[in-house]
Amino acid sequence: MISTILIIGGGQAGAQAIDTLRREGFGGRIVLIGDEPELPYQRPPLSKKYLSGEMAADRLLFRHRSFYDEHRIELKLGQRAVRLDAQARQVALADGETLSYDRLLLCLGAASRRLTCPGADLAGVHYLRGIADVGAIQAGLKPLARVVIIGGGYIGLETAATGIKMGCEVTVLEMADRIMNRVVAPSVSTYFSDEHASHGVRIHCDTRVVGLEGAGRVERVVCADGKSHAADLIVVGVGAVAATDIASAAGLACDNGIVVDEHCRTSDAAIFAAGDCTNHPSPHYGRRMRLESVDNAFEQAKTAALNMLDRPTVHDRVPWFWSDQFDNKLLIVGLSQDHDRQIVRGDPASRSFSVCYLKGRELLAVEAINHSKDYMAARKLIAERTLLNPEKIADGNCALKEAV
Amino acid sequence: MPKIVFTEPDGRRREIDAPAGITLMEAARQNGVQGILAQCGGACACATCHVYIDPAWLAQLESREDMEEGMLESAWEPRANSRLSCQIHVTAALDGLQVTVPQRQG
Ligand SMILES: Cc1cc2nc3c(=O)[nH]c(=O)nc-3n(C[C@H](O)[C@H](O)[C@H](O)COP(=O)(O)OP(=O)(O)OC[C@H]3O[C@@H](n4cnc5c(N)ncnc54)[C@H](O)[C@@H]3O)c2cc1C
Ligand code: FES
Repeated sequence: MISTILIIGGGQAGAQAIDTLRREGFGGRIVLIGDEPELPYQRPPLSKKYLSGEMAADRLLFRHRSFYDEHRIELKLGQRAVRLDAQARQVALADGETLSYDRLLLCLGAASRRLTCPGADLAGVHYLRGIADVGAIQAGLKPLARVVIIGGGYIGLETAATGIKMGCEVTVLEMADRIMNRVVAPSVSTYFSDEHASHGVRIHCDTRVVGLEGAGRVERVVCADGKSHAADLIVVGVGAVAATDIASAAGLACDNGIVVDEHCRTSDAAIFAAGDCTNHPSPHYGRRMRLESVDNAFEQAKTAALNMLDRPTVHDRVPWFWSDQFDNKLLIVGLSQDHDRQIVRGDPASRSFSVCYLKGRELLAVEAINHSKDYMAARKLIAERTLLNPEKIADGNCALKEAV
Repeated sequence: MPKIVFTEPDGRRREIDAPAGITLMEAARQNGVQGILAQCGGACACATCHVYIDPAWLAQLESREDMEEGMLESAWEPRANSRLSCQIHVTAALDGLQVTVPQRQG
């Protein structure tokens, strides 16, 4: 008999799990433990409309407080879980309280990867993961402020675009030979580089940061090529590391994330995990992965909740993701690894195009730039493993869903 | 405050007080209206906030933009009165708007 379910981590996954548990009729005790003081909220706007001030804080929240009351959710917010005893099925909180569980769900998320170079701890160096990080960055995004972004991934580039909107001078330093190199095709990197350049962002690729300098507060970034860039504010976006501390200390299997099976179950049968913190199998792609996306957190949380209630359900999703930069929407579905062919549909100059990745006749992934039709069609085609006709795909006038 | 009436997939009616300025999706999600998943939080990137608008009200709404049109094309059972609820902002003129949530999203 399952009477108490504890959820640690009140982010995207934690919030979704609550929803599914109650919707599926679980009437027992649900306790949500989260170290951030806010009610569960969405992170994507933190580098987009919330950062620019276009979106107020209350619109970040998934649900009003009344929702948690109505659904009898015990909220322990601003509280860190510091220890997990899997044998005794107990979790200890920072304030000394100990809670027992029948099922535990770990939705610990990920933490920004920190710089380790000299000067990394100077004032003026910021990371962007939670609401608490935004205020200081916002305060520094003043007209003519010299903002240096370290890392040309999604978060760095979205922050760069927002900085430009706020009137800052923005420089992006990227170690690889192109921005977003791990996640998009070269043609897509080129398109976004051009977009950023045309708005005034200076992007330097092949640039490795070796140190930050300043008297108490950061003043410049020094690179391996000997160049330095003056800075009033630095935002670091060099990836994130899965939060696994309490899980690994409790002896759960961890390897770039908490290792779970296709049911989101960890190496302990009473403990489940979902979201950015998991290393999970993808039946569709036939390998293990760790993803950082809203969709993954949402869907794994649903799956974990069902399995906690002993309703066997497999997590098997085609991942998807989006990014907003200036007035461009980048929509990505699937994983392109292992493709043997890349086809560009449409003309980047038209500001609406897509890149399709195929293995044989099977579509593995699509990157769509301001092209929601191809993106939506691809979600179905990839999931259903529809065999496609490459000639028709290459014909931009043929709808992707008709390219069979 | 404008009231929006949502009919959930199981037929239950929910009258939601929605402050002007937020979107229909936000009003629904904050109050836990069933069947509106809104995974992308209004970025027009997921189509899991799909709703049917009472045809009598369609003319009152801002029209669909290209991105929304493209998303709806492959949504679950799109109809002429389909909209993404995250693309509709609540205004005083929408007081009493009737919205039906489809049986499924995506
Ligand atoms: C700036 C930014 C922009 C993003 N943009 C996009 C986007 O456009 N599209 C997209 O798909 N994804 C985006 N993401 C990623 C997306 O937000 C994450 O994948 C998602 O939030 C993961 O949900 P989660 O529940 O796994 O983790 P989180 O949402 O990170 O939640 C984890 C929570 O657990 C808490 N926690 C951790 N350890 C403990 C502990 N021991 N005790 C108590 N609480 C604990 C954390 O503080 C946090 O509150 C973005 C992320 C960021 C930071
Ligand atoms: S909430 Fe994602 S498209 Fe509306």
